[in-house]
Amino acid sequence: MSNRIDVKKTYKLFINGQFPRSESGRVYEIKSGKDFLANPAQASRKDLRDAVTAARSAHTGWANATAYNRGQILYRIAEMLEGRSSQFVEEICALEKSTSAQAKAQVSQAIDRWVWYAGWADKIATTFGATNPVAGPYYNFTIPEPMGVVGILAPEKPSLLGLVESLAPVLVSGNTAVLVASQSAPLTAITFAEVLATSDLPSGVCNILTGIKEELAPWMASHMDINAMDISGAAKKIQPALREAGADNLKRIFSFNEKVSTQRMVSFLEAKTIWHTIGI
Amino acid sequence: MNASTILDGSEASLKNFLRTLPGVDQVGAEARAAMLGTRSIKNASKSYAIDLAISMVDLTTLEGADTPGKVRALCSKGLRPDPTDASVPRVGAICVYNDMVEIGRQHLDSIGGQDLPIAAVSTAFPSGRASMPVKIHDTQDAIAAGATEIDMVIDRGAFLSGHYGTVFDEIKQIKQLCGERAHLKVILETGELVTYDNVRKASFLAMLAGADFIKTSTGKVAPAATAPVVLVMLEAVRDYYAMTGQKIGVKAAGGIRTTKDAIKQLVLVNETAGPEWLHPSLFRIGASALLNDLLMQRMKIRDGRYASPNYVTID
Amino acid sequence: MSNFEYAPAPESRAVVSIDPVYGLFINGKFVPGKTHFPAINPATGEKLSKITQASATDVNKAVAAARGVYSKTWSKMPPAERAKYLYRIARILQERAREFAVLETLDNGKPIRESRDIDIPLVAAHFFYHAGWADKLQYAGFGTQPKAHGVVGAIIPWNFPLLMLAWKVAPALATGNTVVLKPAETTSLTALLFAQVCQQAELPAGVVNIVTGDGKVGAALVNHPDVDKIAFTGSTDVGKIIARSVAHSGKSVTLELGGKGANIVFEDAAIDEAVEGIVNGIFFNQGHVCCAGSRLLVQEGIHDELLEKLKRRMGQIRLGDPLDKNTDIGAINSADQLAKIKALTDVGLREGGESWSPDCVLPDKGFWFAPTIFTGVTQAHRIAREEIFGPVLSVLTFRTPQEAMEKANNTPFGLSAGIWSEKGSRILWASKHLQAGVIWANTFNKFDPTSPFGGYKESGWGREGGRHGLGAYLKGDDHE
Repeated sequence: MSNRIDVKKTYKLFINGQFPRSESGRVYEIKSGKDFLANPAQASRKDLRDAVTAARSAHTGWANATAYNRGQILYRIAEMLEGRSSQFVEEICALEKSTSAQAKAQVSQAIDRWVWYAGWADKIATTFGATNPVAGPYYNFTIPEPMGVVGILAPEKPSLLGLVESLAPVLVSGNTAVLVASQSAPLTAITFAEVLATSDLPSGVCNILTGIKEELAPWMASHMDINAMDISGAAKKIQPALREAGADNLKRIFSFNEKVSTQRMVSFLEAKTIWHTIGI
Repeated sequence: MNASTILDGSEASLKNFLRTLPGVDQVGAEARAAMLGTRSIKNASKSYAIDLAISMVDLTTLEGADTPGKVRALCSKGLRPDPTDASVPRVGAICVYNDMVEIGRQHLDSIGGQDLPIAAVSTAFPSGRASMPVKIHDTQDAIAAGATEIDMVIDRGAFLSGHYGTVFDEIKQIKQLCGERAHLKVILETGELVTYDNVRKASFLAMLAGADFIKTSTGKVAPAATAPVVLVMLEAVRDYYAMTGQKIGVKAAGGIRTTKDAIKQLVLVNETAGPEWLHPSLFRIGASALLNDLLMQRMKIRDGRYASPNYVTID
Repeated sequence: MSNFEYAPAPESRAVVSIDPVYGLFINGKFVPGKTHFPAINPATGEKLSKITQASATDVNKAVAAARGVYSKTWSKMPPAERAKYLYRIARILQERAREFAVLETLDNGKPIRESRDIDIPLVAAHFFYHAGWADKLQYAGFGTQPKAHGVVGAIIPWNFPLLMLAWKVAPALATGNTVVLKPAETTSLTALLFAQVCQQAELPAGVVNIVTGDGKVGAALVNHPDVDKIAFTGSTDVGKIIARSVAHSGKSVTLELGGKGANIVFEDAAIDEAVEGIVNGIFFNQGHVCCAGSRLLVQEGIHDELLEKLKRRMGQIRLGDPLDKNTDIGAINSADQLAKIKALTDVGLREGGESWSPDCVLPDKGFWFAPTIFTGVTQAHRIAREEIFGPVLSVLTFRTPQEAMEKANNTPFGLSAGIWSEKGSRILWASKHLQAGVIWANTFNKFDPTSPFGGYKESGWGREGGRHGLGAYLKGDDHE
């Protein structure tokens, strides 16, 4: 038997393709049962601000990538998630009171969901766009477009599946995201970020923060450069206040009942209608 | 600025210039013309418009069956459109085929219409498909017979195949023949040019080559003087005036049969080229049946009851 | 007459009969009110009628009527039958189109040419279009069994009074909701005439209720616990108030709000049509249009030529009696709105903008503002940023297409934009980069019931019209 000492991971934030510590220097303790597990970074409002800046600058490029390209990049992420399965299972088992079988099921489901959404990339416009037969000499069509920067408060549990179910429908259409991970089970989110970091996803397209949701959520809701939010993972009691704060820039704010649906994609799309004259 | 400062005489310079003209959006042009068509002209404005329209009519007969008798009747009608009402103005001109010019001129002179112009259609009207010597001869004939206005057709085949220089040179030659003796109206035959872009190009081409008037149509091809075509031509003369300081006239011919149509044309002139163009020296309407409708509308206003064709003369 | 002046050609008022006083339309009947305010013809200042200021109790009664008929009748009616009511309404609106057009012009101040040729035909078209959807909703892309919300509270503005009513009422009814509608305070008359159309169509009592009055009535509707959905068109400021109000109630909301649309003219544009589009973009409906092209962005190379043509064209604009068939610009809707326009244009002058208007005589009675353009305007000027909602155009320039996009998008709004170019690929490129819900290429201010309308960013939530617009009135498989 070897008495080798494990090399432990430092769980940091994921902003603009990099893994910084919180600018505040804060961490918070995560325990598995009674045992210390990790000190993930406790993101501050300034980290959130930096993440939004990164997401905003990444938006044009990601939104204008071809749908085929976005689909391929997202599918590639699924391939890499598959390779990390055992790590996710360990992290889930440690923090979510799951059996190994339940954890494995969660990981498999998360990967399958990711693949399902990846395949939507080049079908969204066909399915949710329209050509409109206006009464006049005009060609008129409606195309769905990403809204911009979307803030996500990911569900507490299941941590990985919840993250995938809230993140994938946002990214697939060309939005960029700032996601606040499960506060109680943040490890899968950071491991997920490591997958993103080594994938072809451009820096800044997805930014992941760990920390205290109630601290970060109001700053997210009031941030004037965030276009929309998924607050499904926020405590019900704070949701009205978030909606109220979001009214300052008329953020589109959603809380979903369904775990998986096209509505979760469509909610983060703007319909753009274009008219053009038809003539010779 | 004038033609010689815009063009160096080569076809290339002409093409280059025509290429600088902005395009015309069909939908937008038609919408503007339709909107102007909703202008409601009532009461005193309508009386004014009717008399103005009468004075702008090029009273026309261009039939294979034309005879000296028919042409004389037309000339009489043009000089005194309503024999019972001396306040009716005379028309702008009488428009006939080449061989009828002399008959018409003599008749007009004999009935006191010495200053009512006769326009002759020329250059192998209506198709323009003849050699240049024939076109030249045709024009010389008309002028010799007393035509003081020449309505020539352009070579649409040359225009559509991009031989703008050919079209330009023909107009220029005919203009030289006209000299000071005759006014030159250049017929674009817009129904064959099809697009408004072509109408704008052909309008500028004709003006640069020396046209005194640009005219929509021969009357033998439909569509002819539609409101949007006239709109685009009026925009062209307006812009040409801004560019050169030279006022070119517009003649709308073909398809204008009712007072309502004619008044719509006047509205187009008023709101596009401007009120200065509301004069027979700068706007004409080529028509035949229109005149009687104008006269009947005039009677309606005068008498306060609807008129009957029995009370206006046929040619 | 020495030249071609157009004699007055007024449309006859005889076709409308206006009651001296109007009550509220609740549960299929006109209910007399207690307190009233005047309906004023903005073109003359003439008092047209007296309108009821609804109380909170009145709003309760209207909501109760809407709820009652929703539960008992309307939600149980086969959709195909519901459709027939909408078809009936569409046909009656067509039959009485002239009456509606004249009344709209009297009450709103817009030219009869526009109410007759644009507003009222589009109103009928909206009902006709949505009638057909009623029994086809399962094909609209909102799940296999989309459901109505229940009672819709609709609050509409004064710029297109009957058209905005149609934009709300037609889809709301087609999807199986019932409605309590609050017209704008200054323009209630066509809504009240529409109530008569509902009666003629034998629409079940309570399906459409109309409560008139000021913003307090709207607030009562927004905060009413038994209203399931709010559909609002109006200012961004009020939109934000509504968004905050419903944050705690969980009501579904759609908002069509303000804009500061960029009308972008590239140097290769069809210039005469672009000039028409600029005029239509900002002077249509006196500029009282949320999607107005109020910022003209001209490529520098054609700035002078375009401005010369624009000024010349503006000289042809006929301002005056809205009932005159030849009028292009009518009256400003209210003294309040006129004051707002004047205040902002004064700011424009103080900030160094140069203002120009054609010679035009403003009538001495009523509320009027001459068509105006401001040149020498930059992104930093308030008149280039704030919605003026009047016939005032700010002219800015750009050098490259990229710069045009940056300037066009440099606003919290995102409702509309215009592109003028003869180059197809550039139009599609610009369409892609403009952050606006409606983009008109080589045209402007066109509307159609089949075409979704609505904005990005602070221009609102949701779309109206087309398949997309139905979503606002339906609970799909995953709508809360």
